[in-house]
Amino acid sequence: MLYALLCYNAEDVVFSWTKAEDDAVMARLGVVHDRLAEAGKLGPSLRLLPTTAATTLRKSDPPMVIDGPFAETKEQLLGFYVIDCETLDEALEIARDLGRANPGGAYEIRPIRLFLPGALPADAAEKVSA
Amino acid sequence: MTDLAWINAAITAARPQAVGALLRYFRDLDTAEEAFQDACLRAMKNWPKNGPPRDAAAWLIMVGRNAALDGVRRRSKQTELPSEEVLSDLDDVEERAADRIDHADYRDDVLRLLFICCHPDLPPTQQIALALRIVSGLSVKQIARAFLVTEAAMEQRITRAKRQVGAAGVAFGTPTAVERSERVAAVLAMLYLVFNEGYSAGDNPARSELCGEAIRLARLLLRLYQAEPEVMGLLALMLIQHARSPARVDAEGQIVLLEDQDRSLWDRKAIAEGLALIDKAMRHRRPGAYQIQAAIAALHVRSASAAETDWAQIDRLYATLERLAPSPVVTLNRAVAVSKVEGPAAALELVEPLGDRLAGYFHFHGLRGALLLELGRSAAAREAFDRAISLANTAAEAAHIRQHLDRLAAEHAPPQSEPGAA
Repeated sequence: MLYALLCYNAEDVVFSWTKAEDDAVMARLGVVHDRLAEAGKLGPSLRLLPTTAATTLRKSDPPMVIDGPFAETKEQLLGFYVIDCETLDEALEIARDLGRANPGGAYEIRPIRLFLPGALPADAAEKVSA
Repeated sequence: MTDLAWINAAITAARPQAVGALLRYFRDLDTAEEAFQDACLRAMKNWPKNGPPRDAAAWLIMVGRNAALDGVRRRSKQTELPSEEVLSDLDDVEERAADRIDHADYRDDVLRLLFICCHPDLPPTQQIALALRIVSGLSVKQIARAFLVTEAAMEQRITRAKRQVGAAGVAFGTPTAVERSERVAAVLAMLYLVFNEGYSAGDNPARSELCGEAIRLARLLLRLYQAEPEVMGLLALMLIQHARSPARVDAEGQIVLLEDQDRSLWDRKAIAEGLALIDKAMRHRRPGAYQIQAAIAALHVRSASAAETDWAQIDRLYATLERLAPSPVVTLNRAVAVSKVEGPAAALELVEPLGDRLAGYFHFHGLRGALLLELGRSAAAREAFDRAISLANTAAEAAHIRQHLDRLAAEHAPPQSEPGAA
């Protein structure tokens, strides 16, 4: 089984860490990451930019663009994409395309700050599609 | 992360909201600050034991409020209250806090707290000191170190600023939309002052921390006002400028000009955040001075090398900025772009009329000297550089101009007469 671990924390507190504290946390995480990667258990992992960098596309008709993160509590996180775009406009266009195929809910578009591709075995995807 | 480090970060993060709410409640800055201090002391005792609260700000507001009210009651010698019992019963404080505190008020509380530091009667240095003290919660000692003054002098400066703000009176009613946007604009200007205070001190680490603090507060403001393009613009501008700081000063403490900087030293994560914010701001099609300056900074960091910089576009952006927020300093900056696109003579034409207004400005004489030098007018260049050195704000600025003068001295051992424009 593949699992996604979704990371939650108080953003204003994390961004009040000193650089030394932030580095220390990242270093400790690095030790765990390395161990997991060696065991072939670590897929892509990423750290997002703060919610202030986020834009949300409400998949209403017509779709509505809202500054900031997805803030509703009525909907639940059901999945996510990683896309490679030059601009926010391009990312929004992709989100609109996806939204036409799958209306309802919203996409929060958040730039990625750190992306580690990970090292899952080649057949990892079969574990969920089987 | 140790308990203490977490608690410190949580308190720092909660401070603007908590002090802002306590200020609204008590309508007195000193009382609000004392109440917050009390709450922090209790947090230090309570949180390691009972675990951190879900909402640190709400916890600190409730506990601070109770502690201050208790103090008031005790001073007025009213009926003895079972204060310790009430105050030590903090287990469900959050539950009650969540019920009582209207989250919509938070925005205006934080904005008010930031806004009182922008009082127009306060000179910029006092605005900065006050904001660092009451919003950021830096100690007087830390602030004194940043400004290179004694602790006693800084204490006095802050006390005076507080008195001035108190005497001016603070509007506690809910601001109208117009008042709110005026306050946001004033706060942005103040945050940029804080940033520049840090930015101008390449060689004083206590002061360069102010850049990080200004960025943190701008992020906070943007979380409260998520659809304000100028807030995005200022945050983007500061992130991009700050991202270059590792390359701005060399090992000898000398300033390295943008075109000579080692671009691999730039903080790419901060740049990515800045660029993302500019993208967001542009969608609003409500250009402002910070957005344009951020766009200019973005053009610099987007080009792989100094030679590939899109100076024509930078010239256009500065021209827009000149229309939007005319200032001789903006024209001076535009002249740099013009010198790259059209050459030093055209740039000098733009620079010369600014002489009256920028006579006391280091960068005016520095740029003028550089343009004259490029035109081969050594004697006039030397004069301009001499003037610049006498106006330098930091040792690094002076050293940079000194290099030009030394080169001039080496090339033209005996002073030469003005050869005229080349």
